[in-house]
Amino acid sequence: MTPMTSRAERTTTYGVLIVFAVIAVFPLLAVASQAFGLPHFSVDAFTGAWRKGHFARYLTNSLIVVTVVVVAASVLSVLAGYALGTMEFKGATVLFYVFLAGLMVPTEAIVVPLYFDLRSVGLDNTLPGLMLPQIAQSVSFGVFWMRAYFRSAPRSLIEASRMDGASSWTTLWRVLLPVGRPAILTMVVLIAMWTWNEFLLALVIMNSNEDLRTAPLGLSIFQGQHQTEYQMLMAAALIVAAPVVLVYVFLQRRFIAGMLSGAIKE
Amino acid sequence: MKPLPTETPGTGRAGAKPPGEPRRVGYLYVLPALVVYAAFLLWPLLHGAYLSLFHWDGLTVGTWAGLGNYTQAISDPHLRGTFWHAAVLVFFYAVLPCCIAFLLVAVMSRSRPRGLTFFRTVLFLPQVVAMVAVAVAWQWIYSDHGPINGTLRLVGLGGLARGWLGDFTWALPSVGLIGTWAEIGLAMVLFLAGVQKIPRELYEAARVDGAGAVREFFAVTLPGLRRELSVALTLTVIAALRNFDLIYLTTGGGPGDATRVPAYEVYNRTFNTGEVGLACAIGIMIAIIVFAVTAGVGRLVEGRA
Repeated sequence: MTPMTSRAERTTTYGVLIVFAVIAVFPLLAVASQAFGLPHFSVDAFTGAWRKGHFARYLTNSLIVVTVVVVAASVLSVLAGYALGTMEFKGATVLFYVFLAGLMVPTEAIVVPLYFDLRSVGLDNTLPGLMLPQIAQSVSFGVFWMRAYFRSAPRSLIEASRMDGASSWTTLWRVLLPVGRPAILTMVVLIAMWTWNEFLLALVIMNSNEDLRTAPLGLSIFQGQHQTEYQMLMAAALIVAAPVVLVYVFLQRRFIAGMLSGAIKE
Repeated sequence: MKPLPTETPGTGRAGAKPPGEPRRVGYLYVLPALVVYAAFLLWPLLHGAYLSLFHWDGLTVGTWAGLGNYTQAISDPHLRGTFWHAAVLVFFYAVLPCCIAFLLVAVMSRSRPRGLTFFRTVLFLPQVVAMVAVAVAWQWIYSDHGPINGTLRLVGLGGLARGWLGDFTWALPSVGLIGTWAEIGLAMVLFLAGVQKIPRELYEAARVDGAGAVREFFAVTLPGLRRELSVALTLTVIAALRNFDLIYLTTGGGPGDATRVPAYEVYNRTFNTGEVGLACAIGIMIAIIVFAVTAGVGRLVEGRA
């Protein structure tokens, strides 16, 4: 291979990457430049959207939902993944596949019965009613993810801890979790993102309680009320998308690895 | 439950107990997750399957329908149309992005380009942005005075300018291209990672054998990326089927029913027309298709038995 062809290939490679990178960010940059009213920089659209769209309240609601879902789903997933990954008991494999199947259940298939179930127990239009289904969905990924981590954790660690007379509980919290921080962090950021961005469940479950709307639901209502006030709409869209994008920029490797693992079977 | 081996957990000597020893305490660890999962995911799924066997408006007493809702979903021309729309969207969400990304990655040099982390981050970005925000952005891009019509007028093709999402012919492809935009980065990131793993010697051997670019593609790149192609197709086809958010937020199924998809009909039939059983049947059908795709694509692309 001559250096010439090599250089031509490299140019092609960069050309392709640059063109598609531009395509990927163009809509987002366009949104940002509109929102800031470029070239005359101004944040008026943000203050307007913030006030008229009640985004202080909706972002707070989203933050509460995300926090509870992430904490609850992580704890449940760690416990179940630990057992399914390191212990042998009857039905363990079947249980794992039951959790795994949840990864393939689309929200569209459960949202209608869920709405009637929650309504019949008075959980519609409440925060727990919105959190619990999302905890269940997250647990399905979390168990899959944590089981894979616990299976890959060095056996010698578990052995040594057990020889010291540690119970399975102590082994989990003192030995395995500190080592497993990276795996847990990946799970946490993914569950946080999915929960923050969830729209269909919020739309159906928060159908009449305006005070408990989440940020994406608030944005869709705001969009309906301000169809053509593009500058303010764009500012609102940025407000809702920004938290996830910011976390993503810092932890992109975890996002990508985790999201692409979802389809990879054993 | 089978009786446990003689030793109780935590008291054995080294070597006597493998780490995966039978431990009934495992059930306790799994229980909390299983309860929430069963109550808020498995139960609604079963309940949905049950409701799909009734004609029910959500208020009065339902009547037994058997598989009537399913036959209606297949035979009713409007509903059959929504599945056809979904198939068109599979082309835009899955086939188009995977083909484009595959060809692009194939023409790239095999050397690891600098700044790959940066490009990966940018290409994957559409995957993490809330669909609501994506919809707001694209509604403006496709609007009367958006950048697409602006460009057309600038180059003297103003006659083609239109409100793309409100056009009977163009609404579905326009929504589809939003999917293409969102999924192409996912496919590229997967293929870029996969192509790095193909041993360079294979390409060198192919060149020594005098293989041209086309033969190299079919002899080395395609077989080497089968696994990634299978993952990319699975994820993107599922994204095309679970796209309630985008349809609801950009077109609401319109104009007319030009962009109605099964995922949208689940919501529409429940809350607008009071056909809850039918909505549940469509939801179950989406779930079955997703299961089939997940199981089928791997076999088809990777030739797994």
